[in-house]
Amino acid sequence: MEARSQLLALRSVEGVPPFEGRVNALGGTPLAAHGIEVLQINVGKRCNLRCRHCHVEAGPERGEAMPLSVMRRCVDAARLPSVSTVDITGGAPEMNENLEWLIRESRGLGKRVIVRSNLAILAEEEHRRFLDIYAGCGVEIACSLPDCSQSRTDRQRGDGTFQKVIAAMRSLNARGYGVEGTGLVLDIVHNPIGAYLPASQEAMEREYRRRLCDEHGVSFNALFCLTNLPVGHFLEYLIQSGNLEDYLRTLAGAFNPAAARRAMCTNTLSVGWDGALFDCDFNQVLELPVDHGAPTNIRDFDPARLNGRGIVVGNHCYGCAAGAGSSCQGTTA
Amino acid sequence: MSHYFDEKDLADFPNIGELAPEQGKKFFDYYGSATSAGALSEREKALIALAVATTQRCPYCIDAYTNRCLSLGISGPEMMEAVHTGAAMMAGITLAHSTQMRKIIKKKVM
Repeated sequence: MEARSQLLALRSVEGVPPFEGRVNALGGTPLAAHGIEVLQINVGKRCNLRCRHCHVEAGPERGEAMPLSVMRRCVDAARLPSVSTVDITGGAPEMNENLEWLIRESRGLGKRVIVRSNLAILAEEEHRRFLDIYAGCGVEIACSLPDCSQSRTDRQRGDGTFQKVIAAMRSLNARGYGVEGTGLVLDIVHNPIGAYLPASQEAMEREYRRRLCDEHGVSFNALFCLTNLPVGHFLEYLIQSGNLEDYLRTLAGAFNPAAARRAMCTNTLSVGWDGALFDCDFNQVLELPVDHGAPTNIRDFDPARLNGRGIVVGNHCYGCAAGAGSSCQGTTA
Repeated sequence: MSHYFDEKDLADFPNIGELAPEQGKKFFDYYGSATSAGALSEREKALIALAVATTQRCPYCIDAYTNRCLSLGISGPEMMEAVHTGAAMMAGITLAHSTQMRKIIKKKVM
């Protein structure tokens, strides 16, 4: 589905006022960034999986991969003292041939590095080496695992995925990940498998811990709940299943001013595989680059013009502002 | 008004205290406290609420608590077990009331 069609669909739901007006009315000012603490780098859209909810619409057939020249500019940008975290996402980041270089350079700068991995890819011989690379470099791993039941996860991510993730978690646990006192962080990212909002992070973490620890003998540090944003494959599903109106109205009805003001875009800069700059990963998919006079490509990186930039918003933003809020680091309010 | 029950009216639930705000606040404080995790987990309470919603045939509550159960990762078969528990209770309650009937029959019939 083209970006323009997605935006049009999101604007056409009766009873859902434009997000922009709603967020601007809060403090009388538009939503704006207050610095760059997290540099989120999407290193490409290739993925070993083809998940039904994927907003990036990633898959094995996608060819987009961040070249080393763009990665070098990202590392230069990450030197900015305010940037504490380099957050690497995809697709499956492991499918970019320069991922190890990016990790080592970023860690060399003393930055916290997070890799958003589906973990299933670490079961593949070709990518197993990342188990040791991650542990050796002290990379934090955020593993997307939509559900703690095998059947429900496999329904969304493909047959056999759940067991591969469990196997990778065991390998990571053996290296100290998810084990208290090691400093090696293995977090899990939960998202609903359908057109409803996630429950509280505490309740879901308790349930995941019970199921994953008791039934599979694996451990993790923390669980983050993510609301599915009506973008990409998930938006297509909402439209095809007749859930778009109800889902968008539910998100808008759960609008939480505190969550809106603390949205991750206010401290994050998102870099696309080709160096284009966005306020978030979702705006990448919707082809909404940073605006309001800020430079739109990493080659023109200019903190002075990016730090306080106005955020480009649309009705998909209701997803980050609903209920307890949603971000790559879980709830926000 | 085309329907007595309109799906969209579920969104109006937070406004039920509109004409009696003091009592409305007290109700929502109580409701929030009673349905939050305590000695029972959120999952257990959501399943109880779903069973009550179906036995009492409240379309708003069924909508709200089916979604709540989904959010909590409760499976369809688990929800159906809760509904059957409610259904069995309703059947038992109905049959238990036949005691009155049986007593009258025994008293009145020669």
